[in-house]
Amino acid sequence: MLDLGPHASFILAAYGVTLVAVAALVLAIVGDDLKQRHLLAELERQGIKRRSAAKPAPPTAKTKPAPKPSKASKPSKAKTGAKSPAAKQKPARPGARKTPS
Amino acid sequence: MISLANPTRFLSLVEAVVPWLTALVVILLGAGLYLSFFVAPPDYQQGETVRIMFIHVPAAWLALFGYTVIAMAALGTLIWRHPLADVAAKTAAPIGATFTFIALVTGSLWGKPMWGTYWVWDARLTSMLVLFLLYLGLIALWQATEEPGRAGRAAAILALVGAINIPIIKFSVDWWNTLHQPASVFRADGPTIDPSLLTPLFVMAAAFTALFVLLHLIAMRAEILRRRVRALQQTQVARAAMAEA
Repeated sequence: MLDLGPHASFILAAYGVTLVAVAALVLAIVGDDLKQRHLLAELERQGIKRRSAAKPAPPTAKTKPAPKPSKASKPSKAKTGAKSPAAKQKPARPGARKTPS
Repeated sequence: MISLANPTRFLSLVEAVVPWLTALVVILLGAGLYLSFFVAPPDYQQGETVRIMFIHVPAAWLALFGYTVIAMAALGTLIWRHPLADVAAKTAAPIGATFTFIALVTGSLWGKPMWGTYWVWDARLTSMLVLFLLYLGLIALWQATEEPGRAGRAAAILALVGAINIPIIKFSVDWWNTLHQPASVFRADGPTIDPSLLTPLFVMAAAFTALFVLLHLIAMRAEILRRRVRALQQTQVARAAMAEA
């Protein structure tokens, strides 16, 4: 058993009060967090959602970008006039030779 | 940092950080309590009661830290009107109040065997009591006002006025003749405490700080969700009224 000397009751009381105060704080905060999560889930189950929740998720860095056309697969503009789907999305460079229509 | 000011992104961050921070708190608290009770020697003057210092001092530091967080967030509320600033200030108040309460009670329990009294009206103790009352006042103000925006602005003004108490607490032991001893850790000429007592003190301070941050993040998440619930309930009432009309 730990010997805390003649003032053991003061030391134990200090740690006891701290334990009770911190435990009460943790219970209050975690309990409130759980309550709010439950309330929000309940409302969403009833079909009441935030406007932003209905919007599609914005693109993130993890989203795979559209593949760039490689040089080998690039068709000759002068001969065919056709563009790959990715090339169609690109704006025309200033000064670039126009493909025949 | 700016992207974290978005409440949805902030909630994602909290979700990711909370498990790691919980583990850190458990490890630091375990190590701190072990060092405090089984490694730290009794002080040559205070004897075994020095172990009260391992909770009293970190609690007092966090009492000041909590109010500093509130004062900084109050600036964010009044200048940028950012909703997360108001949420941060509101949720830091009960945590700061609890640490102030712990500092006051453990200080009294140390004072009785060392000074022969639980309480004296010296500058340090009185200014800490004023800090506790300020925390209670802020909590009451947030509770008394229904609309969060109005409550936040009123509380921000009170918090900034009360911030004058922080340097008073810090320097009270230098400015006035107090029974409370002057600073012995953060001094220009270094700490005056032996490393065998300083190590458990710092580990407990790290544990308390991690606990403060953890609880603050969870409380902020709960407050953001409360405001969303409130907005959705208002939408529900509006829809019901439109359906009746």
